[in-house]
Amino acid sequence: MIAYIVERLFQSLLVLVAVALIAFAVFQYVGDPIASMVGPDTTAADIARMRENLGLDKPVVVQFARFIGNVLSGKFGVSLRTVKPVEELIAERLPATLELSGMAALFALAFAIPLGVLTGLKPNHWASRVFMAVSLVGISLPTFLIGILLILLFGVVLGWLPTFGRGDVVKIGFWTTGLLTVSGWQSIILPAITLGLFQLTLIMRLVRSEMLEVLRTDYIKFARARGLTNRAINFGHALKNTLIPVITITGLQLGSIIAFAIITETVFQWPGMGLLFLQAVQFADIPVMSTYLLLIALLFVGINLVVDLLYYLVDPRLRADRGAMERGV
Amino acid sequence: MSLLARALDSDIWHSFRSSKTTILAAAVTAALVVAALLAPWISPQNPWDPGALQLIDAFNPPAWAPEGSWRFVLGTDDQGRDLLSAIFYGLRVSLTVGFLAVLFAMIVGIALGMFAGYAGGATETVIMRLADVQLTFPTILIALMIDGVTRALLPGEAHDRLAVLVLVFSIGVSNWVHYARTVRASTLVEKRKEYVQAARVIGLHPVIIMVRHVLPNVMGPVLVIATVGLAVAILTEATLSFLGVGVPGTQPSLGTLIRIGNNFLFSGEWWIVIFPGIALAMLVLAVNLLGDWLRDALNPKLR
Repeated sequence: MIAYIVERLFQSLLVLVAVALIAFAVFQYVGDPIASMVGPDTTAADIARMRENLGLDKPVVVQFARFIGNVLSGKFGVSLRTVKPVEELIAERLPATLELSGMAALFALAFAIPLGVLTGLKPNHWASRVFMAVSLVGISLPTFLIGILLILLFGVVLGWLPTFGRGDVVKIGFWTTGLLTVSGWQSIILPAITLGLFQLTLIMRLVRSEMLEVLRTDYIKFARARGLTNRAINFGHALKNTLIPVITITGLQLGSIIAFAIITETVFQWPGMGLLFLQAVQFADIPVMSTYLLLIALLFVGINLVVDLLYYLVDPRLRADRGAMERGV
Repeated sequence: MSLLARALDSDIWHSFRSSKTTILAAAVTAALVVAALLAPWISPQNPWDPGALQLIDAFNPPAWAPEGSWRFVLGTDDQGRDLLSAIFYGLRVSLTVGFLAVLFAMIVGIALGMFAGYAGGATETVIMRLADVQLTFPTILIALMIDGVTRALLPGEAHDRLAVLVLVFSIGVSNWVHYARTVRASTLVEKRKEYVQAARVIGLHPVIIMVRHVLPNVMGPVLVIATVGLAVAILTEATLSFLGVGVPGTQPSLGTLIRIGNNFLFSGEWWIVIFPGIALAMLVLAVNLLGDWLRDALNPKLR
């Protein structure tokens, strides 16, 4: 067990170092950082001094060590577009993205599991067929189109819900939340649905296929033979055993939700990290881009690690069989 | 038996004929591809020629609306571009980028995957770890990063001119992993078989063994991934263009058209978003259905 955790931690660290190297290379070598700072009357001596101040005259290894040191102490450079420290920009935007992603994940889970169970238990019922067909269309519609259609229906035609921004926010320490005001809740509905819909269809299909598989197994037949109620069989035995892959996928999807927030935030002008990143891409604002990359990598690696460990805790078979732990998928 | 007769008697053809959804999906895909190919000849207007656009024609509603005219069947956008023509041309961009990106990802993925599987050892570890790392990040994020970096490297005008190639590159790079993993797995199986050992014994060069003998035997799963990958690539291109980092607005793809329409959502010009949106959704849905069918048809477990 401990050996496994150490091994996974080591792997995660390796990934982070690799991403840090990429971020460093992009940060340091794409576009000359000096070029963006000099004016027409900067002398060659000034440039040389700036180069020295930024440490650009040192060997690459030293520069990389310095980059890592800066990152670890929370210094990510200055945004080329807004001329503000990147860490400030990100801290300002982070709460908006996390709240949106959290609501989207809750929305997806709250609908996906019941619908998955329903379509799994009664695959030939008309409602199941409708849900499956709709989910196929849901997968084929790009996120941004779903957002636009929701805006068109609920914002423009019906006029029920706000279609851009976060509404009124309340500041608690460094965290700004929209979840304490009515307009904040109204504003989060459409973006959260847009962002969660794809995960909803994905998890629903997963629960369905797992249910279909589990219901064919021997222990379900035995449970029936013992005369257990349908309820006890379906929820106590079948659903419980489908949840392991569901946990894994949901966890892994959490990372994608935060990444796909880029699109949703653009459609709804949601003032989160994704919108910040997109503006950075459009303006080739390298410091913001490389910081975002690092942050997302940290997040993804962290989520992957937690999911792997959870998997290990939830499924007793993995503890017995060392070979199965190497996720051969 | 002739080749045609053999093809008509194959399992795949039978499973194709017995599924109405698949036939419909194939028909829709074919129709959209043909429309894209023939765009310059069947479009009422050349939407990429600024000289052909009249601002006075801007914001025409579709023909059946009270103020619509049959000159612009699906209406016009803010610059007087005929939407039907723009959709035909947009399909062209979407399909071109999609096909090229899939081809690029496929070549890189097959080459690296086969190399990893055949060579083994440290080479394999490095390539497959790299693939694992990349797989943890969503496609769209990687494509956006690559696009941003190329934007910083190239001057603005050159970036616009090379937009399609940059898109193909960034979408292709972000998708090679799936091919590499599948091909490596099949290569590991194939290389232990007798025909490969025989080829080795007679002293064939490893590259020739890989390309001439192993490659044809690992192509089945690759085709399935490529079909689904085409849908993914088209969606990624549309998303990037919608986000404003794809093809420039003078030669709009479907995503760019939707981006343009998005600006006029609140002033009631719904058609600029809806029609390109329908075209995009139809294309992706049809390709996805074909991919589903191909996966089932080529899966020996289901036969």
